[in-house]
Amino acid sequence: MDLLLRGISHRYGGTEVMRDINLEIRRGEIVCIIGPSGCGKSTLLRFIGGLERPDAGEVLLSGPEPEGSLNPLTYVFQDFALLPWRTVAGNISLVLEDHGLGRQRIAAIIDDVLARTGLSEFREALPRQLSGGMRQRVAIARALAVRPAVMLMDEPLSALDSQTRELLMDDLVSLWQRERFTACYVTHNLAEAVRLGHRVVVLSRRPGQIRTVVDIDMDLAERGPGHPELEAIQSQLWTLLRDEARAADREITDVAE
Amino acid sequence: MSQSDMAERADTSGEPKSLRAVPYRGGGFRPGHWRFVGPLVFAVLLLCWEAGSRSGVISNLVLPAPSEALEALRQLVETGQLWLHLGASLQRLVIGWSLGVTLGVAVGLLVGLLPLARAGLLPLVSALFPIPKIALLPLFVIWFGIGEGSKVATILFGSFFPTVIATYGGVDNVDRTLVRMGQSFGLGWWSIVRKIILPGAMPAILSGCRISASIAIILLVAAEMIGAEYGIGAYVLMAGSLFATDQLLAGVAMLSVLGLVVSWLIGRAERRLLRWRG
Ligand SMILES: Nc1ncnc2c1ncn2[C@@H]1O[C@H](COP(=O)(O)OP(=O)(O)OP(=O)(O)O)[C@@H](O)[C@H]1O
Ligand SMILES: [Mg+2]
Repeated sequence: MDLLLRGISHRYGGTEVMRDINLEIRRGEIVCIIGPSGCGKSTLLRFIGGLERPDAGEVLLSGPEPEGSLNPLTYVFQDFALLPWRTVAGNISLVLEDHGLGRQRIAAIIDDVLARTGLSEFREALPRQLSGGMRQRVAIARALAVRPAVMLMDEPLSALDSQTRELLMDDLVSLWQRERFTACYVTHNLAEAVRLGHRVVVLSRRPGQIRTVVDIDMDLAERGPGHPELEAIQSQLWTLLRDEARAADREITDVAE
Repeated sequence: MSQSDMAERADTSGEPKSLRAVPYRGGGFRPGHWRFVGPLVFAVLLLCWEAGSRSGVISNLVLPAPSEALEALRQLVETGQLWLHLGASLQRLVIGWSLGVTLGVAVGLLVGLLPLARAGLLPLVSALFPIPKIALLPLFVIWFGIGEGSKVATILFGSFFPTVIATYGGVDNVDRTLVRMGQSFGLGWWSIVRKIILPGAMPAILSGCRISASIAIILLVAAEMIGAEYGIGAYVLMAGSLFATDQLLAGVAMLSVLGLVVSWLIGRAERRLLRWRG
């Protein structure tokens, strides 16, 4: 299943936050979206996931939904969004309970995703007992449990320290190697973008427009920290972003949440 | 680090006068573990009181000795009156309070979840909440009869409003990203309410229960002072009108114990239901 964004524009009150975004997310690729703070990355992701509607333009799905997908467009949130009163297994079970799968089927899916993300021994732990990295792994396991066609990830590693971030990036890479999931990955971290992105979409400051799309034709497994080619791409992205970021930084935001 | 640096360090550390411990400033502002002090204060107070009464410092007319109140209580037990009074009170309290809390949680959820219900009901709730329900007691007697109806209704209304307010406040404070998460996984409306909003609002609901329970006990006594044969309130009223201060104190002690038991029960419920908070 592919995703197609056509002519998406949006304003909140009087502020135009997005202008004419056109983008295609093809099956099996990770598209990273970077841009200065407040340029509308999270908003764009909410449009893609159908949590909000843009003023103009449309988000289209093409091709059949993958078989057995319970929730084709699935989020991974920056702050994990785990229910603190449910255990790891309970949090995953939450997103399966509404599909009439039956107790045994649900337990089997939970076992499977916990094994795939290396969390089996934390099955009965509560979120507060886990480190940030483990919590985000649980959130990823939860996302995998519904067999998503596209994972929508909004700065999934931003709440983590840099070592944990490295570990989780490795996890995501090996996960992608195995499962070839499709993802739209929002980040403000250029290193993440060049490590994980098959394409990197650079947005301008508000109102967010696509400035450039950078293709990175390198297998995810070959990439690693300190790879010269990636460093070059990263500094190229930074050049693109620097002035936008500087200007965005000096803007006064007066938007009521 | 160079050789001379090392030498200098060694020098200064060999000079004991220049060494001072960093002053500790982190003390206080912390709940301690003085569990036995509470009962101790209680016991000392009772002993002083008893001694004062026996030695005549505290006139028996003003305040009877604790032993006399205990004696009144013992008589209550012996005559079997205690269970009649306590049973009648507990029945009113349990029925009135649980109905009030159930309805209160339901209305609070509606107000918290549906903008229309909020617009329609919140002004009404806000207007009725501050009325002391005792003032409405005569009206309830006319509406629901002088029997159990008016008493239960008073307690029900008294516990309903604080519960509504606590519940919708709790619903408002549920982390919106969790609700978003539920929606993003395609959970149904009812699932989101049951599995995300209700547990998220539970801490607020339980602290609302604490408040409404103490209001309910106050109203129980007030309601039982009008046309009740049995009940702790009726007993206290009767004792008061006969100036039987020992019985009055026995009744008051029962009320205090009742309040303690209720708050202990709610504390247990909190520990069970909010175990996830750690
Ligand atoms: N619900 C809303 N109502 C009004 N304005 C909003 C709303 N959500 C976002 N905005 C505004 O829209 C703009 C884009 O917000 P968005 O959160 O999408 O930016 P972002 O690129 O994700 O920023 P960040 O890098 O800080 O996460 C911001 O100026 C924000 O203040
Ligand atoms: Mg954002």
